[in-house]
Amino acid sequence: MGRYVVRRLVQMVPVFIGSTLLIFLMVNVMGDPVAGLCGDRSCDAATAAQLKKEFGLDQPVWQQYLTYMGNVFTGDFGTAFNGQEVTELMSTAFPVTIRLTVVAILFEVVIGITLGVLTGLRRGRPVDTGVLLITLVVISVPTFVTGLLLQLLLGVERDWIRPSVSSEAPFGELIVPGLVLASVSLAYVTRLTRTSIAENRRSDYVRTAIAKGLPRHRVVTRHLLRNSLIPVVTFIGADIGFLMGGAIVTERIFNIHGVGYQLYQGILRQNTQTVVGFVTVLVLVFLLCNLVVDLLYAVLDPRIRYA
Amino acid sequence: MRGATNAGWAACAVAVALAATACGGGGDSGGGSGGDGGAVLSSSWTDPQNPLEPANTNEVQGGKVLSMIFRGLKQYDPKTGEAEDMLAERIETSDSRNYTVTVKDGWTFSDGEKVTAKSFVDAWNYGASLRNNQKNAYFFSYIEGYDQVHPAKGEQSAETMSGLKVTGERTFTVRLSQKFSSFPDTLGYNAFVPLPRAFYDDHDGWLAKPVGNGPYAVESYTKGSEMRLTKWDAYPGEDAALNGGVTLKVYTDNNTAYTDLMAGNLDLVDDVPAQQLKNVANDLGDRYLNTPAGIIQTLAFPFYDKNWNKAGSVKVRKGLSRAINREQITDTIFQKTRTPATDWTSPVLGADGGYKEGLCGEWCQYDAAAAKKLIKEGGGLPGGQVKITYNADTGSHKLWVDAVCNSINNALDNDRACVGNPIGTFADFRSKSTTQKLAGPFRAGWQMDYPLTQNFLQPLYYTDASSNDGKWSNEEFDKLVDEANAETDPARAVETFQKAEAVVRDNMAAIPLWYQNGSAGWSERLSNVALNPFSVPVYDQIKVG
Repeated sequence: MGRYVVRRLVQMVPVFIGSTLLIFLMVNVMGDPVAGLCGDRSCDAATAAQLKKEFGLDQPVWQQYLTYMGNVFTGDFGTAFNGQEVTELMSTAFPVTIRLTVVAILFEVVIGITLGVLTGLRRGRPVDTGVLLITLVVISVPTFVTGLLLQLLLGVERDWIRPSVSSEAPFGELIVPGLVLASVSLAYVTRLTRTSIAENRRSDYVRTAIAKGLPRHRVVTRHLLRNSLIPVVTFIGADIGFLMGGAIVTERIFNIHGVGYQLYQGILRQNTQTVVGFVTVLVLVFLLCNLVVDLLYAVLDPRIRYA
Repeated sequence: MRGATNAGWAACAVAVALAATACGGGGDSGGGSGGDGGAVLSSSWTDPQNPLEPANTNEVQGGKVLSMIFRGLKQYDPKTGEAEDMLAERIETSDSRNYTVTVKDGWTFSDGEKVTAKSFVDAWNYGASLRNNQKNAYFFSYIEGYDQVHPAKGEQSAETMSGLKVTGERTFTVRLSQKFSSFPDTLGYNAFVPLPRAFYDDHDGWLAKPVGNGPYAVESYTKGSEMRLTKWDAYPGEDAALNGGVTLKVYTDNNTAYTDLMAGNLDLVDDVPAQQLKNVANDLGDRYLNTPAGIIQTLAFPFYDKNWNKAGSVKVRKGLSRAINREQITDTIFQKTRTPATDWTSPVLGADGGYKEGLCGEWCQYDAAAAKKLIKEGGGLPGGQVKITYNADTGSHKLWVDAVCNSINNALDNDRACVGNPIGTFADFRSKSTTQKLAGPFRAGWQMDYPLTQNFLQPLYYTDASSNDGKWSNEEFDKLVDEANAETDPARAVETFQKAEAVVRDNMAAIPLWYQNGSAGWSERLSNVALNPFSVPVYDQIKVG
């Protein structure tokens, strides 16, 4: 187990270097960021040169990358164009996005799996058909439509929530945005759980468990659910990364100043330091989530052992 | 039983969270009631792009804050745009080149430091110095000695500009490198405000919580989310704040800000999103304002490209101008938040200030037949097609460029005559247009720095001027601008500038499209809301309650 974890961690290094290099090159291809800093007027040549020097943009790209990576390992992610440290931006953006992701994942786990189990056990019944229909609708309606509609209905028409999230972004204000963010994944989790449960319900071990006379809830939670959760856990694990990086639409609608917003700003202003810094952290989150998912397999299915 | 316990725990968490929403949903606008001067209003904001220093702020959002916490020698009247004395007791000159400035007595910064002549001179030297990377440094370029502190190439050879001298506690002299009669009128711009010692002594601390001498003082500033400004009670000026303070809230999207206004969580939105313009009369009634700002949109041409700079090109450019149906586009696409342009300046200047309605004449009037004829006479469109380049990331540029192309195509009976050419980001667009890499006409917007005709003409059309991206050059125009700048009588200066503008017209150096309006919507709590010529709300005059 320990060796397995170490091996996986070592494997992360080339993935990490490769992905940061790629992002670095991509942002660089977009052109000269200093040109956009002076608005509709061009910066005078001397100031532009000075700014380039300050941000290290006068060096060749490979050298910029090496300097950048060198700094990253000492915990210095550079400075954004507005003079803020990127680490400072991260320290305000990540906690908000993490809270939002936690809310979304909670919704996926609680509602998604519950509905999945319910429908999986009652395949073909009205409940099943109903949930299938609803999930189909949720999957096919784009997130921004759901988001804007809920914002208008609950925020303006009904006054139950605040249409925009305040800068502190406490959990309470993130419920509706979290639900919107989770909606599509939630529908997938429901369908995934349902299929998995329906399939395993007919397996031998479930029949044996029922034959032994175990109480129904024990059969479902201990035997059926535990074995059916493996694909669901894989999905949710990968989803954590997607939700954190892909919350741009939801964050924009509900005025959440999280990772998506900072990334969007960074790309608009062609701020290499911000974009690469945030993507680097997101890549790490992805890699760690994958590792955790793999380790969870062993918990769910004791037959899986890591050497 | 693990599964069951976990589910139970999660259910509890959701229940707790739901309860929290119920509590948080009530709203905490924090404002008192009644028409007292102590109530605080909230207003939408966008994170400033650059560090918040006076000479480093070149966009509206940072400028908004500066105009609340600073007062300079002059102040532009929110209604007429006229430059009036603020901290200046006198600004005297006999030759339009040497100025003596006397600062009023009794002014202090909100940290108690006195505003002296030195506060200005030090601030201007800081702003001009190449070492400080100030993006608005060129505002000081008229002052003698600017070349030494901000050379075009190499290291700076002086610390301070030789043209600035402190002659007394409240007096200093300015010597310009050329005659410039409107110089005193430029001094209302944010780059010219005085700075306290704290700015130099503890720069990071100052940036975290700026200190100025205006009607408001910064109470707290959380970068990226909000700034709280409170009324500065000891403010010595006549335009003291009529409200208790302003909370600027950063919004990721102006649609969300508008929704928040509708829901009663926000008091003032100073940029009504285009999508909402249809509903605005219904939603807000007379709590909505839509007035011209000092912004003009034009189509610029690449004069460095010989296809656009040959004998018949003037006729082609004029033909294109006549092929654009400005009325229709401003009505349908912009819902009348733009006004068709009939000259190259802006209505906010007023007739005395140099705005001349109809100066463009027939060349800005839609006439399909005339357009077709002109373009044919001029030798046709270069390459048979015009490509209008714009940046697709911000604003609604795609919408209007498509509409302009549509109008041109209809007028010329040719659906391939004009196409849009989007560029991904503003920075990329700017880097291509400033390095002369664009092949056809491109969008150009100009937001004035100060309400002067000079500001609408010189930076854009003077040979090699800072924003003359198309590299247009005309001797007669340059001569007239020089003459106008040297003219001591303001009325005659304006007249000469208009002669120069006529040269721009006769050569169609750029096609004027429309003047942009500023818009604002506000809640029932507010009254006396107005926008200044820069389309920034006049915060200090807003009454709450």
